[in-house]
Amino acid sequence: MTKSERFSWFVFSSPQTFYPLAGKLQPWFAAAAALLCAVGLYISFFVAPTDAQQGESYRIIFIHVPAAWMSMFLYLVMGFWSGVGLVLNTRLSSMVATALAPTGALFTFIALWTGALWGKPTWGTWWVWDARLTSELILLFLYIGFMALQAAIDDPRRADKAGAVLALVGVVNIPIIYFSVQWWSTLHQGASVSMKSAPTMAATMLLGMLIMALGFWMYSIAAVLARVRSIILERERHTDWVAEEVGARA
Amino acid sequence: MNWGSWQNFIAMGGYGLYVWGSYVVTLVVLAAEIAALVMRRRGVIERLSTFYAARRRNHETET
Repeated sequence: MTKSERFSWFVFSSPQTFYPLAGKLQPWFAAAAALLCAVGLYISFFVAPTDAQQGESYRIIFIHVPAAWMSMFLYLVMGFWSGVGLVLNTRLSSMVATALAPTGALFTFIALWTGALWGKPTWGTWWVWDARLTSELILLFLYIGFMALQAAIDDPRRADKAGAVLALVGVVNIPIIYFSVQWWSTLHQGASVSMKSAPTMAATMLLGMLIMALGFWMYSIAAVLARVRSIILERERHTDWVAEEVGARA
Repeated sequence: MNWGSWQNFIAMGGYGLYVWGSYVVTLVVLAAEIAALVMRRRGVIERLSTFYAARRRNHETET
């Protein structure tokens, strides 16, 4: 087999090949997200029992924990693609990093918002400046800073590089958020799910939470694919294939 | 989990404000993102087709 015949995953690092692939995959992820969230919500409200300590207020967990997981996970993915873009100088990696930021910021906001609404009835306060809450707020500022920095630089390739450096430096915040409940004394409870110990909550509660997390995951992929397609069209507008693609749509 | 009545479901054992405040805001935020994505795609295609049309006209007047 000659080199040119061998299939290489690098074909998808070209915006021109990735654009139609993303377009084909996106509806499937969107459908999976809708289905998983519907099942997850049903379990959250109609299957999972009332919590013995917290009553019904604990039902916020079904969006709070998945949103908090996504906020951290999306940042790691953004940092990864930023790093790849910086090292290999691949345009598409940087475009994916740019496309991840708004969705990551939204999930960070949701985690903070639902956390405040859960904190009020359980701790008696909307907000405390403790390690977990403060580091999650810093995560929101990192996402917003990344977007603002990229928006402020006209040359997209320079914007990619500047954003990538910021994203990579900010990665240090992720383990701080995750381990904050162990490293510092805090109002926030410890990890809900651990690999080391048996689940501390009812099986249906855990199931609802995991299905919602999968739903948010699929949603994030769908949203990021949709956004990266718009970014590709904008940034590759000088190419013939985008002119043809837009000509066929308009 | 059997709620018995709609009133009980809405009340959420007295935590209705907190539970529904979380779910409704999450729904609004995600719906807003979906709307923004749809509008962005439409906007890009509209802007670019105007751009290509103008470029074609320029080529025609040049030759």
